[in-house]
Amino acid sequence: MKFLNIRAALAYALTCALALSVTTAAQAQQGPLRITIEQGIIQPLPFAVPNFQAETGNAGQLAADLARVVAANLQGTGVFREIPSSAFIAQYTDFNAPVTFSDWRAINAQALVTGAVSVNGNAVNVKFRVYDVVSGTTLGDGLQFSGTTEGWRRMAHKVADEVYSRITGEGGYFDSRVVFVSETGPKDNRGKRLAIMDYDGANVRFLTDSSAIVLAPRFSPNGDRILYTSYESGFPRIYVMDVGSVQRRVLQNTEGTMSFAPRFSPSGNTVVYSLSQGGNTDIYTMDVGSGQSTRLTNTPAIETAPSFSPDGSQIVFESDRSGSQQLYIMSAGGGEARRISFGAGRYGTPVWSPRGDLVAFTKQNAGRFHIGVMRTDGSEERLLTASFLDEGPTWSPNGRVIMFTRETQGEGGASTIYSVDITGRVLRQVPTPEGGSDPSWSPLQQ
Amino acid sequence: MKLLSVSLLVAAVALSACTNPNRFGGDAGGPVNPMGGSAMGAGMAGSASDPTSVAFFNQSVGDRVLFSVDQSTLTPEGRATLDGQANWLMTNADYQAVIEGHADEQGTREYNLALGARRANAAQEYLVSRGVPASRLRVVSYGKERPVEICSNESCYAKNRRAVTVLAGGLSS
Repeated sequence: MKFLNIRAALAYALTCALALSVTTAAQAQQGPLRITIEQGIIQPLPFAVPNFQAETGNAGQLAADLARVVAANLQGTGVFREIPSSAFIAQYTDFNAPVTFSDWRAINAQALVTGAVSVNGNAVNVKFRVYDVVSGTTLGDGLQFSGTTEGWRRMAHKVADEVYSRITGEGGYFDSRVVFVSETGPKDNRGKRLAIMDYDGANVRFLTDSSAIVLAPRFSPNGDRILYTSYESGFPRIYVMDVGSVQRRVLQNTEGTMSFAPRFSPSGNTVVYSLSQGGNTDIYTMDVGSGQSTRLTNTPAIETAPSFSPDGSQIVFESDRSGSQQLYIMSAGGGEARRISFGAGRYGTPVWSPRGDLVAFTKQNAGRFHIGVMRTDGSEERLLTASFLDEGPTWSPNGRVIMFTRETQGEGGASTIYSVDITGRVLRQVPTPEGGSDPSWSPLQQ
Repeated sequence: MKLLSVSLLVAAVALSACTNPNRFGGDAGGPVNPMGGSAMGAGMAGSASDPTSVAFFNQSVGDRVLFSVDQSTLTPEGRATLDGQANWLMTNADYQAVIEGHADEQGTREYNLALGARRANAAQEYLVSRGVPASRLRVVSYGKERPVEICSNESCYAKNRRAVTVLAGGLSS
């Protein structure tokens, strides 16, 4: 059995380049174990992840922890169902020993992930294999990742992304991060500060203090920068922050105006945003390098919440030019816009999916809020959630899952972050140390 | 007297910027206001019985106007309040003001920011039409970020859909 080595000097510099070529090889030799994610999946695929083998004496805890995170990632998709270790017949102890498939078939496992971990000082090496239990074959080659003890969760996410890809044929989303607004205090005195965390809520780090209101952070296309709106000047203005250094600078600072709702273009060189002047809010783009802005809309209506298509050629946004909030698409250079939302109620905060096929949005109708998706021509609208107040969707890197803000009602109302898959079937709260709102999902990390 | 209270305001703002972790003091909300104190409180700015005081403006003239759902059109009551504000501002020419526009929680964040901007602008334009120099007025929108009432029904929403004129000393007198 051949292993492809993936080595990186730092845990935070795990490279995916070789892993990608492995994925291609795996896809070329796809076995029968294949789950196609569609609307109607109601039978999640049962899988088993026994604790990884500790190849060195000090690796026992890490071997168990890695297996748990891999299993939690897969289980959390709703596409897979973990078989608990208490049901296992086979004792998995040796990564290189042949697998007794009948023992795994007997507990109805269809996929089996085995792994082995060695620790040498600060360096960690993880090997893993994915088995199609039904046909008794491996799914793709064995693979190994090298990293450091501090970066062990990322290694687990990379393993899980690879497993997910091999079984679904789609890109994963586990090795990703979320920037969000961490909230404390009552509604009328709420403290808000920017925070960043792993997609599953681990490794929270605060990026600002709560001395000024901060709103709606947005990742750059490669995850190195964050756009957000802050009141630190006393007025809402757009800032850009370098994630690594946490250095920030104001991006839009025209006297007598307010700017908000920024998002990067797919190239990362342009920012589309809203600017309010004289009570009127329109959409502009700014070249990040030169700071030069271009006005894209020019109506007395509220035009805000713009989001680029993944190819950068179009922008979806909301406008009340018809008399109520609705969704429109225009060219990235401005000009005529076509309305795409026509259902009952109001539509806002559209976000183009990374695959380009769908627009996620917030819908307000009959006193309830919904997160929904529609095709980019407005057809096939589907509402995925309903509550007192859901808003602000953000897409997972593979376009399968949406995170959003849910606020509860009343005097004790508080915000939390939820995720829902685009079938609407798997709704989960994302754990955060305080209240949370305005999540923005990063791309897969490099 | 007035000079003294203004300098006190500035000192208090500088202090709060450095040390006060609760920047959102007072009803008007918002962090340290670039044009002076964000509703630093009646106690700082004279007695409500003094018609030149901030407290008098806030309480007797009325510092805010309210709006209907998703509207930024001034009501007759709102225009009457703003008439009083305009008269007061013309008489007390030392003061500048920031007009804060707010929305209730029934709306998305970005839309409510834009709606608050419309409301603040409606109040500002009215004051200017009544003779207040535009140079003494600035607008800011807080959207739904700073409600004064926190229940989730119309009795609270009605008070949160507002434009608040927050006075600040500024011009030398």
